Amino acid sequence: MNRLSRPRAFLLMSPLLLFLGLFFVWPLVSVIWQAVSDPAISRVLPRTAAEIGGWGGEGVPSDEVQAAFREDIVANTDDMAMGDVTRRLNSSQSGFRSLMGKTVREVRETPDIALIEIDDRWGETAFWKAIQDNASPYTDAFLLSALDLQRAGSGEIEAMPAGSSANRTIILRTLWISAIVTLCCLLIGLPYAMIAASVTGWKRAVMIAAVLLPLWTSLLVRTAAWMIILQESGIINQVLMGIGIISDPLVLIYNRAGVVIAMTHVLLPFMVLPIYSVLLTVPGNLMSAAASLGAHPVRAFLRVLLPLSLRGMISGMLLVFMSSIGYYITPALVGGASDQMISSVIAFYATQSANWSMAAALGLILLVLTLLLYALYNRLSRDPVPTR
Amino acid sequence: MNAGSPPATAQGTRTQCTGGLVADDFISFSKVTKDFGSLRVVEDLELDIAQGEFVSLLGPSGSGKTTLLMMLAGFETVTGGEIRLDGQRINDLPTYKRDMGVVFQNYALFPHMTAAKNVAFPLEMRGTPRAEVADRVARALEMVKLGPFAGRLPIQLSGGQQQRVALARALVFEPRVVLMDEPLGALDKQLREQMQLDIRELHHRLGLTIIFVTHDQDEALTMSDRIAVFNQGQIQQCAPPRHVYDSPANRFVAEFIGETNLLAGKVRAIDGRAITFALPDGSICRARGVPGLAPGAEALLSLRPERIGIGAADAAIDGPNIARGEIADIIYQGDHLRVVIDSSVGRLVAQLGRKDAEWTPGAKVAVSFDEADGWVIAP
Repeated sequence: MNRLSRPRAFLLMSPLLLFLGLFFVWPLVSVIWQAVSDPAISRVLPRTAAEIGGWGGEGVPSDEVQAAFREDIVANTDDMAMGDVTRRLNSSQSGFRSLMGKTVREVRETPDIALIEIDDRWGETAFWKAIQDNASPYTDAFLLSALDLQRAGSGEIEAMPAGSSANRTIILRTLWISAIVTLCCLLIGLPYAMIAASVTGWKRAVMIAAVLLPLWTSLLVRTAAWMIILQESGIINQVLMGIGIISDPLVLIYNRAGVVIAMTHVLLPFMVLPIYSVLLTVPGNLMSAAASLGAHPVRAFLRVLLPLSLRGMISGMLLVFMSSIGYYITPALVGGASDQMISSVIAFYATQSANWSMAAALGLILLVLTLLLYALYNRLSRDPVPTR
Repeated sequence: MNAGSPPATAQGTRTQCTGGLVADDFISFSKVTKDFGSLRVVEDLELDIAQGEFVSLLGPSGSGKTTLLMMLAGFETVTGGEIRLDGQRINDLPTYKRDMGVVFQNYALFPHMTAAKNVAFPLEMRGTPRAEVADRVARALEMVKLGPFAGRLPIQLSGGQQQRVALARALVFEPRVVLMDEPLGALDKQLREQMQLDIRELHHRLGLTIIFVTHDQDEALTMSDRIAVFNQGQIQQCAPPRHVYDSPANRFVAEFIGETNLLAGKVRAIDGRAITFALPDGSICRARGVPGLAPGAEALLSLRPERIGIGAADAAIDGPNIARGEIADIIYQGDHLRVVIDSSVGRLVAQLGRKDAEWTPGAKVAVSFDEADGWVIAP
C-alpha cells in the first residue's frame, strides 16, 4: 500500500513540481547564471583558457601557452566573436585593440611566428595577465559593478572612479525611500488597524472595505489617479488654495513627496491587514482589565495593546519594505529623475542597453537584500511562546 | 437567623440585611438605570452593600446582573441614578481611578506577560517601589498556591491556574472592592468547587468586599453572605442564602433557586406569621408566607421536595398539612431518591433519603409537611 502510494503521490505532485521548476527555479537559476557568466574569451580561445591557468603570473607564459594562443587564433573563424574578445581585453588592459588586430593578422599569415616578434608588448606580463584574468567562464565583474566596484589590474577590489556609476547611490536611495514609505504606512496603518479592530458591525466592514478595494484595483490605475490628484492644478492644490492656506501651488508631483505619497497609499493595505488580523486575536477585555488594574488608557495602550500588536507591526513593516524595494512603476510615473529606484536601473539595462548581465547582477543584489530581510522577518516573527 | 422571619426585598424598600456585618453602606446603587439603545436592561435598581460583605448577583442570562457589575467597574456608563462608593459618587470616575479588582470570566490575563508580571502590573501602575513589588507579587502568588509558576506565561498554565493568577492580580493591590464576573464558569465541576471554597476562605481571611456575578445557584448559596436575585433588570430579592431558599419573595425566586412544588390556592386567614391556606380540593393547611398577603387572596404554596415527608396511607392520621396519593414514579439519583406522587392536591415531587427505599410505584401514601416548611407567595 505504502510502496504504491508513494510514487502515486509523487505523480500527483508532478504538475506542481514542473510548474515550480519551469516558472520559478529555472528563471532564477538563469538570472544568477547570467549575472556571473562571462563566456566570451573561454569560447573563442578555449585552448589558451585551458593552458594559461597553470601560469604563475611571473614574466611571460610558457611556449605551450603561446602555441595554444596561436592555435586558437588560427582556429577561430568568427571575427565578430574575436572583436568581443578584443573589446573585453582592451577594457582590462588598454592597448589590446591595436595589439590583437596586429597579432591576428600576422598569426594567420604565419602560424608559427613567435609572438614577441609581432609586438614587444607580448613580452609584458600585464597583457598576459589580462588574458588570464578573463579566461575564466565566470566573473564577478557584473556583481561588483552593480555595487560600483571593480577589480584593479592587480586583482584587488576597488571603488570605481567617482562619477562613473551611480548604482550604490541608487541602491541607498531605494532603501531610504522604502524606509520612509514603511514609516508612513506604519504611522497611518497602526491607528487605522486599531480603530478597525475596535469598532464592530458596518463601521468595521466599511473600514476594511476601504483598505481592500484599492488592493483590487490595478497599481497603474491607482498611480495614475495620484498623478491627477497631485498635479499643480490637482484637487489638493485647488482645495488648499481655495481655503487660503497657500497662495502658490505646492509641488507634489515629479518629486520625492509624490513618490512617498503614492507608494504609501498603494502599500498601506499590507501594513493594515497584518496588524488588524493580530489585533483580532487579542481578547477584547484586556484593555478593560488593564484599566481596572489602575492603568491610564495611554499606559494600558503602551503596556498591553502595543506589545500585543508588535508581531503584526513587524510583519506589516517587512511586507511594505520588501515590496517597496522593488517598486518601478510608481517612481517612474510620479517621481523625478532623482527619485528613480533600483528597478528602473534594472529596466534600463534589460530593455534599453540590452546588457543582460548587468540587469541580472542588479536583480541578484535586490534578491539578496530581500532574502536577508525575509530571514530577519522569520526570526522576529517567530512565536516567542513555546507551545506546551 | 430564623427561616420564618420576613425576607427583605428590594422592591420599593431599601435592602438592609447585612448578614450580621457592619451596616454602613459602603457601596450603594440608588435608582440605577441602564439603557442599551431602546432596550432597558437595568431599571431603578436599589442595592446597598456593606464593607466586608460577599454579595452574589444571581440570575438568568440577560437579567442585568453583569451590566450592573460593569457599571460598578466603570466599563459601562450609567444611564440614570447614582452609584456611590464609600460616600463618593463614582458615576463619572474613570475605571482606572476606581481601585476595584476585577476577575473576568475569560481571566483576561495579559498573554505576553508571565504570571508574575501579570500580578505585578497593578502595582507597577501605582508606582510601588520595585523591591516591594517583587515581595508582594511573591506573596500573592503564594496565597493562590502558584509560587512555582511565577515565570510561566498564561498559555503555559491550566485554566484553573490562570484563574488563580487572575485572582492574585485582582487582590494584590488591596482594592477597595473585588468584582468577579462568573469567574468559575469555564472550570470543570471539581475545580470549581475547590475554587469556591478557596475564594470563600480568602474572603474571610482578608475581609474583602466581594461582588460576585453568577448564574449558578449552588455557587451563590455556597459563597455568599447575601444573594441578590435578578430578573429582567430588577432585583427580585436580596437576602442571605437561607432566606432566599426558605423564604423566597416571589414566584420567580422560588422557582429559580432550587426546585419547588407550587400549589395554587387561597389565603384563608392570617394569624401573625401563621397563614391558613386552602387548597383547591378543599383541604386546609398551615404555613408561613411573605408579608402583605390578605385573607381571601389567590396565592401559591411553595413546598421544597426535601421538606415533604411520606408515610403509609393506612396510618390513620388526619389533620392539616396532610394529603393522600399514589406514587407514580421513583427515580434513583445516587445520594437521594426523587419520588413523584399523584396526590389529591396535584402532582408533587418529593426527595427522600436512600433509607426510604422501601416504596414502590403504585403504593398508596400520605404526604405531609411541617408548618414552618410551607411558604405562601403571591401568584
